Amino acid sequence: MNTCPEHIVHYMHAYLDGDINRDEERQLNEHLDKCSACSEIMAGLSETVAFMELAKPVQAPEGFVEGVMQRLPKEKSQVGIRRWLRSHPLLAAAAMFLILMSASVFSSYGNDQQFSVSKQPNLIVEGETVIVPEGEVVRGDVIVKNGKLRVEGEVDGNIIVINGSKYMASTAVVTGTSEEIDRAFDWLWYKIKNTVKDVIPSSLKKEQPVEE
Amino acid sequence: MDELINKRINEVLKGDQSAFEEIVTLFQHRLYHVCFRMLSNRQEAEDIAQEAFVRAYMNIHTFDQKRKFSTWLFRIATNLCIDRIRKKKPDYYLDANVPGTEGLTMYSQIAADGELPEDVVERMETQERVQYEIGRLPDKYRSVIILRYLEELPLKEISDILELPLGTVKTRIHRGRGALRKQMGNL
Repeated sequence: MNTCPEHIVHYMHAYLDGDINRDEERQLNEHLDKCSACSEIMAGLSETVAFMELAKPVQAPEGFVEGVMQRLPKEKSQVGIRRWLRSHPLLAAAAMFLILMSASVFSSYGNDQQFSVSKQPNLIVEGETVIVPEGEVVRGDVIVKNGKLRVEGEVDGNIIVINGSKYMASTAVVTGTSEEIDRAFDWLWYKIKNTVKDVIPSSLKKEQPVEE
Repeated sequence: MDELINKRINEVLKGDQSAFEEIVTLFQHRLYHVCFRMLSNRQEAEDIAQEAFVRAYMNIHTFDQKRKFSTWLFRIATNLCIDRIRKKKPDYYLDANVPGTEGLTMYSQIAADGELPEDVVERMETQERVQYEIGRLPDKYRSVIILRYLEELPLKEISDILELPLGTVKTRIHRGRGALRKQMGNL
């Protein structure tokens, strides 16, 4: 082996690193063919490399990531809120919507304490009591806000009483549905339904409030 | 991949710590693997690999996003590993005489308990044996051999990670391979 030129060992490594040119490779092969000592070294090196490549990757233990995160210095809380908003955009938008909606709806609920009734010619209004007279047919929906409704005749439509009470005589006939809305929640629901109905064109006639 | 990482890095730079979690998740196994191979000890590997991530987080503003993040991360980790190996080493000279003996040096002491008898080595499983042989390499060869053959990185990247000229990396790989061949002898 001492007689072998030093560049041969160099070529062996160059070969293993994959940066050998054709001429060098030819010289290396020629030498290995006639020198058993060098071809033994070459075989040993190749085996070593092959053996190293048998090493399997080792996985980080469980909880590794959490461990790192715990070791990090604490971040500022302001960032936390911003990130929460960013990571839950829908939730944030919904919350914002609800806050604004309830503000406007509840304020109008408070302002809307006046007595009003839908305008039909044959309705009788006595104080805060609205009467559907016996023998008469009232066409269209009857809506009473902040007042009482007595039905003695016939209503060809729906009856809606908001913040009030309703009395149905034995002679009363209602072709549509009849609902009473008392609590703020019901009222909110009614408002939402109406908004939807307003947005989507429908045949529903708008109520026309009458001042007492 | 690089784009995603840079995006997360920018989020971290803005102060969003949780963006870093994704980075850790992406690189945890590779980084742990290198540390484990360098240190041959699971506990230490976990500690050093986690420390490397913490350092990366603290110094993220110094990372140049035109470069490869993994290279930067590996550099931090290999430096920490080399520091740890140096600290573990006893601070006496190997060729100093053992007190109370004549002509007995530390070399012979190390040889007595640092190297395992041949038949024990031969009975080792492949994975155990690979680790054992890597562990016996001098540290300057160990890091290049690990990066080259276990991480399968190109020479250029190894030279970037270790901040060594390409020629030095090649020489170390050659010597490391030679040393492995000699220490393994008969496979």
